[in-house]
Amino acid sequence: MTYQRNQQDVTLANVSRRNMLKGMAGTGAFVLAAQFPAIRSAMAYATGAEKMPHGVVTNPHIFVSIDKDGIVTIVAHRAEMGNGAARTSLPMIVADELDADWARVRVAQSPGDEETYGNQDTDGSRSVRHFIQPMRQVGAGARKMLETAAAKRWGVDVGEVQARMHEVVHKTSGKKLGYGELAADAAALPAPALDTLKLKSPSEFRYIGKGTIPIVDLHDITTGKAIYGQDVRLPNMLYASIERSPVVGGKVASLDDSAAMKVPGVVRVVKIDGTPAPAAFAPLAGVAVIAKNTWAAMKGREALKITWDDGPNGSFDSVAYKAMLEENVRKPGRLERAEGDVDAALKSAAKVVTAEYYSPHLAHATMEPPAATARIENGKLEIWTSVQSPGGARDDIAKRLGFDQKNVVLHNALLGGGFGRKSKWDFAIEAALLCKALEGAPVKVVWTREDDIKHGFYHTVTAERLEAGVDKDNKVVAWRHRSAAPSLFANFQPDDKYPGFIELGMGFVDTPFNVPNVRLESGEAQSHVRVGWFRSVNNVAHAWAIQSFIAEIANELKRDPKDMLLELIGPARIVEAPKKATTEWWDYGEPYDVYPVDTGRLRKVTELAAEKAGWGKKMAPGTGLGIAAHRSFVSYIATVVEVAVDAKGNITVPRVDTAIDCGFYVNPERIRSQTEGAAVMGLSLAKYGEITLKNGRVEQSNFDDYQVIRHYESPAVTNTHIVENSIDVPSSGVGEPGVPPFTPALCNAIFAATGKRIRRLPIGSQLA
Amino acid sequence: MVTVKVNGQERSFDGDTSMPLLWFLRDELGLTGTKFGCGVALCGACTVHLDGEAVRACGVAMSDVGGKSVTTIEGLHPTGDHAVQVAWRNVNVPQCGYCQVGQIMQAAALLAKTPAPTDTQIDDAMFGNICRCGCYQRIHTAVRAASKGA
Repeated sequence: MTYQRNQQDVTLANVSRRNMLKGMAGTGAFVLAAQFPAIRSAMAYATGAEKMPHGVVTNPHIFVSIDKDGIVTIVAHRAEMGNGAARTSLPMIVADELDADWARVRVAQSPGDEETYGNQDTDGSRSVRHFIQPMRQVGAGARKMLETAAAKRWGVDVGEVQARMHEVVHKTSGKKLGYGELAADAAALPAPALDTLKLKSPSEFRYIGKGTIPIVDLHDITTGKAIYGQDVRLPNMLYASIERSPVVGGKVASLDDSAAMKVPGVVRVVKIDGTPAPAAFAPLAGVAVIAKNTWAAMKGREALKITWDDGPNGSFDSVAYKAMLEENVRKPGRLERAEGDVDAALKSAAKVVTAEYYSPHLAHATMEPPAATARIENGKLEIWTSVQSPGGARDDIAKRLGFDQKNVVLHNALLGGGFGRKSKWDFAIEAALLCKALEGAPVKVVWTREDDIKHGFYHTVTAERLEAGVDKDNKVVAWRHRSAAPSLFANFQPDDKYPGFIELGMGFVDTPFNVPNVRLESGEAQSHVRVGWFRSVNNVAHAWAIQSFIAEIANELKRDPKDMLLELIGPARIVEAPKKATTEWWDYGEPYDVYPVDTGRLRKVTELAAEKAGWGKKMAPGTGLGIAAHRSFVSYIATVVEVAVDAKGNITVPRVDTAIDCGFYVNPERIRSQTEGAAVMGLSLAKYGEITLKNGRVEQSNFDDYQVIRHYESPAVTNTHIVENSIDVPSSGVGEPGVPPFTPALCNAIFAATGKRIRRLPIGSQLA
Repeated sequence: MVTVKVNGQERSFDGDTSMPLLWFLRDELGLTGTKFGCGVALCGACTVHLDGEAVRACGVAMSDVGGKSVTTIEGLHPTGDHAVQVAWRNVNVPQCGYCQVGQIMQAAALLAKTPAPTDTQIDDAMFGNICRCGCYQRIHTAVRAASKGA
């Protein structure tokens, strides 16, 4: 339904409103002028969704259509990158409230269009968190329209009828009408006001919370029919491969394309100009070779002779930068939060524990390298790609190319992995620019793996220094944490060399420990490479440092690491947003009263993971357990890793136990897959992950020198323990929160197994 | 001119024979089930069967496939119900799904030769197929489920 395919021409079909009208009006689909009723009235609790660009839309006419045969089509308006939220969990919520038979539900992917569908920016682990309530309203609204239509048909009061499993029943007479028979009448009704909707009680849910529905693309994925950005094909399409400036901010000094033009199949060479910083998601300077197939474009590209003017970042060197970051956390930095008097408390402490941690840049390395296809016909620009923010991408591309937004259509395919990389749509801009240079001819930009590794928006590099003062009763009374990391804000504004409020809010200023004297500072860190958010963002480095450090304190004090962690978390309480924080207390964009830091929930997942993992059990020599707990994306996660380290320093992970409290949960099957995947990603970054630069150039290029975890070395079993919550507990993030606790739990386990403490990532050969 | 059988159908190619089979399948034949992941046989996303052997389509030049028989995911089973595909669905293996075609082709080749593999044989056979979403635990379970004596 969503993706149409034939042998020679694979393109994406979507449900732009026009298509819906054209294709479904005659079949009695819901197709009325959009109404946008007030959204807040019927929400059980407020979320940050309404503050996101274009907020939320709850109109059933936008999201649901039903044909005369009863096939229900639900629009997926967010990007599907593998967590199942966009194309399975959210439509499932609609179907549940609609009381639709899932076997008769189809999912159609929306184009990038936030005015129509609401916010589409699929990152920050927000999809279920922000849209469980609106999607319930969409489903309940559509259900009410069907009931109203049936009551009218029978001439009875609407209170006498009830929608039940794809049909509406008249309770006293037992008369029934299928959803397909009612679709045309229902479609003619206005969307009901939200405060008139009757939502199901959780005991009535058929799908929500059950984990029984497989992802909608499962069959297509396993038969090769699923279409990703790389797979899009248009008639007479050209292919582009782009040689980009090896240094951020560099430009072409000279170009000789004569040999490239002689490669059979090459048709054009087009220069792409760079953009001075702050460049947001503008493409890097480059030279595109356009050809009749991908291979010819790549061969032509190899034949280019380019000299580059590297610009100011040409001397950037990761080794020197590491030393600079470390120096900057050894001296006072910019104050971010202070309570009590840390200096005095450290001075009078019976013992001071100090440790420094370093974690490098990482590349997302999505299995699908970025790709985008563009075509201009009759003044209309169409883009087919895989981006996490299709609406934002469309609007930005329209502005950059001087098109009216109405004349730009962005079709969003499946994403072959996202992890934050595809929140940056530089590759889609490239396709649009090249298409314009080709007078509208269809062209696909194919990034290679080398392009992906060398021209990413990298997870930031971080140096951390922690100091804890312990009194004579072995209580931690002072906590000083300095962190230095170049900021992703440098993409968008002049670099002030310090982290932005979002980065600070990710496991730093929100540190919830029960310590009277706290001082948190940022060290200076100028940006020289494109830094971008990577699954869990700054939480990865912060949690790794903090949770490793707690185990280090425990070791110093000869305490059990889990007990030490629980003692620092302190008694169950709601943490007050600290009044003395000098920076904004950013709580993942959520209203703090709805999503406060609740140490009771952090304690609970810590205890649950420990209990399930058999914490305290006797371990064989060379093996160990490590624990870490962290709140991120307003969810609470704790992980226990079991590790075995052999005489050569090889690590194996036979078992992982992760406990997650993500509020009221919708799709436990996909929550499990996310925690399993987070363990693998955590192990990848711990064991191998490192992007380094020399002379401003990324030194890695493919999966040989930027390794990720392979089958044989994957954690053998990850057990997921999901905390049960009532529907009153706001749903929270799942996709990202699993990553941060994994690495410190692993490093703590390695310490337990070997006595070796990892303070620099990746682990590499440090255990050899 | 190279002629090669793809999913049972005779195909011919008269272009640059240094072109990897991958791009012939994807760009010339439109068989996009075979995915591009790394281009240098490091990730396994483009795994197909060449005369029954699992190979990386990005690492096989068109000059080397003349007269041979290629099976892609589109030709693995007429209705997509090969035991490996069925097991993949029963175990809910995929997340993003991009690497899964290559994983399935690799597992199908393993089980054709070794119907009841040991864990180590599964580890060895699947070594070259990367999954960045981290579905390995389920991939292992699914290969085991599709094997004889499972």
